[in-house]
Amino acid sequence: MNSGTSVGSTSSAAQQRNIVSRIWNDKETRSVIVQVVALVLLFAFFAFMIRNAVVNLEALGKGFSFSFLNTPANYDINQRLIEYDSRSTHWRAMQVGILNTLLVAFAGIVLSTILGFILGVLRLSKNWLTNKIAHIYIEYVRNVPVLLHILLVHGIMVHSLPRPKSAITLGETGFLTNRGLFMPKPLPEPLMWAVAALFVAGIIFAFLFRRWAKKVQDETGKVYPVFWISLFAVIVLPVLAFFLLGAPMAWENPELKGFNFRGGMVIRPEFIALWLALSFYTAAFIAEIVRAGILAVSHGQTEASLALGISRSRTLNLVVIPQALRVIVPPLSSQYLNITKNSSLAIAIGYMDITATIGGISLNQTGREMECMLIVMGLYLIFSLIISMFMNWYNNRIRLVER
Amino acid sequence: MKKSIKYAAAVAAFTATAMNAQAATLDDVKARGELNCVVSTGVAGFAAPDDKGNWAGFDVDFCRAVAAAVLGDGEKVNFVPTTGKTRFTVLNSGEGDILFRNTTETMSRDADLKLTFLPVNYYDGQGFMAAKALGVESAKDLDGASICIQTGTTTELNLADYFRTNGISYEPVPVETNAEAQTNYLGGRCDVFTTDASGLASTRASFENPADHVILPEIISKEPLGGAVRHGDDQWADIGKWVVNAIIAAEELGVTQANVAEMGAEAGDNPSINRLLGTEGDFGSMIGLDAQWAMRAIAAGGNYGELFDRNIGPDTAIGLERGLNAQWSDGGILYAAPIR
Repeated sequence: MNSGTSVGSTSSAAQQRNIVSRIWNDKETRSVIVQVVALVLLFAFFAFMIRNAVVNLEALGKGFSFSFLNTPANYDINQRLIEYDSRSTHWRAMQVGILNTLLVAFAGIVLSTILGFILGVLRLSKNWLTNKIAHIYIEYVRNVPVLLHILLVHGIMVHSLPRPKSAITLGETGFLTNRGLFMPKPLPEPLMWAVAALFVAGIIFAFLFRRWAKKVQDETGKVYPVFWISLFAVIVLPVLAFFLLGAPMAWENPELKGFNFRGGMVIRPEFIALWLALSFYTAAFIAEIVRAGILAVSHGQTEASLALGISRSRTLNLVVIPQALRVIVPPLSSQYLNITKNSSLAIAIGYMDITATIGGISLNQTGREMECMLIVMGLYLIFSLIISMFMNWYNNRIRLVER
Repeated sequence: MKKSIKYAAAVAAFTATAMNAQAATLDDVKARGELNCVVSTGVAGFAAPDDKGNWAGFDVDFCRAVAAAVLGDGEKVNFVPTTGKTRFTVLNSGEGDILFRNTTETMSRDADLKLTFLPVNYYDGQGFMAAKALGVESAKDLDGASICIQTGTTTELNLADYFRTNGISYEPVPVETNAEAQTNYLGGRCDVFTTDASGLASTRASFENPADHVILPEIISKEPLGGAVRHGDDQWADIGKWVVNAIIAAEELGVTQANVAEMGAEAGDNPSINRLLGTEGDFGSMIGLDAQWAMRAIAAGGNYGELFDRNIGPDTAIGLERGLNAQWSDGGILYAAPIR
């Protein structure tokens, strides 16, 4: 009896071992197990971190709450796109910061793309001098930290531009000083809406016309001058209308009163420094991406196109660029993300972006580090995801369509 | 295997230090043999490294006095330089033991940021500095001016309040450190620099031509500057509090760096001095130290008057008058609680 039991248990243990080894040796089950374990560990890690933070905050006697967002911020901000004063809430200060971040990121993306494409093409130039200058610029700029570029441009603006009393006059009504660029502010009169409506209509027309022209070309081969007609609809027509309607726009000019210029529009040196430095820096990377993209299109393509009698400019537009874009766009997206995230270096020169408002002064004056940092991280995450989504959409649009 | 042991040890050590940060600071400091003192990144006269890299200044001397009282040597201080923004995080995370950093005592910092403030060691107020050439005579003339302010300070809030209540417009130019404020101010990015009056005097002293700049007469706020420690360690807070009181009381009682050793050698006629220097009573052990704690603190740098005169007084480059910071018996408001 005794021996029988022991034999039975040994064989069932062996059976169990067998099952375990069978499960473990099955590739699919094993991968599922590994993934489940990894996921559990990951969740456990985050749970531990969050619990740790909550417990420690409680130990310090600090609750976790976002109610401070509704209290007055009590500080002033010198560069803002929306109404704000020191009685506004931290919530409002955060909105000011968000708009400032978006402004510098958007302006930076536009300028760095333009500069980057120009530099990338110059870098491929057969002219030795142009080629070398572009090469030296790219190697210098992208190998020096962007923070130093920002401090350099800001330093130059503050120390070498004149003070308001001896401002550089641009035209009659623009003034460049180390306090910023002062320009007349447009004050639209009622008739201006007609011009604006015409402009919007022009854009819609250009869009529809382009589609129609493409269809006609596909069907009949007839080519319309799409670019010139669009330009006329979008720019020339509204400008003509503007003057025909008697220029329905008043201007508020900046005037030197006391310490500073008053009235008009102002672009602060902090914005200009951050914008230029980020754009110059990122343009160097984009230039290399563009160069790689163009080089990736085999020369045989160009030769084949020319051999078919297609003109050089149409070869570039219809053969080279569409193929180069497929190589350029994915790394370009990551440069756009970089420019957005690098804009947080604004804090070094006092440009009031989200890191400086909600993640800086608000954090400091309220002592809500955890809450403020979570907000700032969440916001950058949202900005980055939006840019990624847009770039993915664009990438899909230009990808190779297989027929 | 070895690796995993290392990791486990690191995690254990990390958890241990994290827990210790909440426990008795006095034991930590003694075990470490060094006081971590949170100071500014450089405000001449208050806390700034000299050309040899030694920290010196009014705040620095208070750090040294605490180190002398606790560890017996005023040199056993590790200075942790912080900006206006990082100072409280550094203190609260346990990276610093005590803070002497031109810090204004406010209710929200005390109650919400969980700090315990030590007695005020400098009564200050926010002022303005402008170039003489501008011809400004009062802060009320500053309509439309660009003003440099250090972010994360009470001055930022006072400024907004003051200009708002007086209906004056201005452009705030936020800067991170005192050094950055100087470059912006001298470069003409702002017309005016505002901070505590003591800080203005200290900043002006470091300019090439200090005489070209005036400090405007308005003082727009109360800025009681004092040391601080974390909430939750009352014994450590008591040590800080009574070292500051002892330094102030020493001046009142005529105890100086020069005569402290002699006066503390044996009990004299004045019971207040005897209690201060430990020749009578058992005050040292009440705060977890020995009887000579105050003697050492005073011997490290001298009494309040000596610290003031050496670092920021009328004969230094900073050139501050005692003003409110005179002893209460001399017309000031410096008033140390009695040791008894």
